[in-house]
Amino acid sequence: MAEFEPRIIAFACNWCTYAAADIAGTSRIHYPANVRIVRVMCSGMVDPIYVLKAFEMGADGVLVAGCHEIDCHYLNGPLKCDAMFEKLRKVVNTLGLEGERLRREMISTSESPIFAQVIEEMVEQIKKLGPSPLRERVKV
Amino acid sequence: MNLEDIIKETKTYYCLECGKCTSLCPVARHNSNFSPRLMLERALMGFGNELIHDRELFSCLTCYACSDLCPADVDYPVFTQKVRNLAAVEGEHGDCAHSGTLFSLMRLMSRPDIRQRRLEWLDGCRTSEKSEVLYFVGCAPYFQPIFEDIEVNPVNIARNSIKILNALGIEPMVLPDERCCGHDLLWTGDVEAFKKLAQFNAQMIKESGAKKIVFSCPEGYRTFKLDYPRYVELDCELMHITELLAQGLKSNELGLKKIAKQVTYQDPCRLGRHLGIYEPPREIIKAIPGIKLVEMEHQGEGSICCGTSAWTNCGSYSKEIRVERLLEAKATGAEVLVTACPKCQIHFKCAMVDKGAEKGSNVRMEVMDIVTLVANALGGKSRE
Repeated sequence: MAEFEPRIIAFACNWCTYAAADIAGTSRIHYPANVRIVRVMCSGMVDPIYVLKAFEMGADGVLVAGCHEIDCHYLNGPLKCDAMFEKLRKVVNTLGLEGERLRREMISTSESPIFAQVIEEMVEQIKKLGPSPLRERVKV
Repeated sequence: MNLEDIIKETKTYYCLECGKCTSLCPVARHNSNFSPRLMLERALMGFGNELIHDRELFSCLTCYACSDLCPADVDYPVFTQKVRNLAAVEGEHGDCAHSGTLFSLMRLMSRPDIRQRRLEWLDGCRTSEKSEVLYFVGCAPYFQPIFEDIEVNPVNIARNSIKILNALGIEPMVLPDERCCGHDLLWTGDVEAFKKLAQFNAQMIKESGAKKIVFSCPEGYRTFKLDYPRYVELDCELMHITELLAQGLKSNELGLKKIAKQVTYQDPCRLGRHLGIYEPPREIIKAIPGIKLVEMEHQGEGSICCGTSAWTNCGSYSKEIRVERLLEAKATGAEVLVTACPKCQIHFKCAMVDKGAEKGSNVRMEVMDIVTLVANALGGKSRE
């Protein structure tokens, strides 16, 4: 059987993390291809349902990443995101999901190596954990 | 099942078009686009398709205010439930409050491989591994992080329930991997996910060997009592904690301490009109020394719902219903509004902090679960 390849969804803010991912590409920084990036206008607009829906549809890990607090284009997006994430983390913990599967990062445009590193770490950790328990069992 | 079967099953064709339902409906009083009578008429006159795609289909609170006094005995809430099922198949769903987060959680709980960590709040509660009595916790561990910032602490209701059971000499079991009862999924038309949840719960309860299940949430109680028998086999005695406590008060001397307060009681629709439990909660409140129970204008069978059911179509009309109900509670002169449903508490407290509610600022009052009230009277450690 082929090695388990985790599916990771990254919600990346348009102004910082998405740009960082873009620059990581143009600078040819290698990182695993397990991540699917969803561009959002601000990390503050990420609703818990986005993340839960990703898990519902079979994601093994979710990354929510955006600007640092002082960089936000909308003043308090990261703070809003932090407050949301705190609640979400508790709920997901109650569901029995491992903490490593859900990650919150602040990655600015100039930090493309950090973006690549975060993805690498997540893939490595989730490979050890195996498929998400929230995945629907596929009938063979 | 198609619309014709639903009409036959719920005896909708007996409708006399008298409009009593609409005049009693708490939603129709505020939302002129919603009328139970009109919904039924559309089904009977062959406008089923229009009915299924009407967003107001999900506005009904399924509170049974209409059916209770229907002269033709039409079961409108069950009719709604089944039509919503048809609508869900067509991809329709109401506007989910909290952008559907809670529904997502319910569906995730129907996945077979999850191992929940839902009992982290249990510290200090006396429970046992093997007991004849099972306490069904419900969704409290999930509601806690979501609603703690509006000062609702659902896990404290669970803690206090266990404290009361202990005082009655019961050390209950709690299931470590209990699933959602599925109430909200059933009432919004997702019967498939509901069935899965029901099967998981029935299986786990059978394996635990429990003889009696105690609930502190009226929705869970209703679902187990009236809906589960249609889908799963479960041979247990079911009881709401207020029933158990009312019984216990007759034979036990619990040594309830004095609480000098004037309170009023909100009948949750699931406990009241759905299951006919009106007296036990009132007996309990009256048994606490020093407490004076004053009734609201609408009480018992005529009680008014807290404004939203199954987290769906919560909007300005729901807020208006809540504010009106809170003003009614305030008018009694009571200091505390006691309810027996965690969701009533969530909805009322939400209305109080809502900046959009016109009269929101002057409806502040203490809202408390009956379980917490009794736990306070028991003395010792209790958490509000």
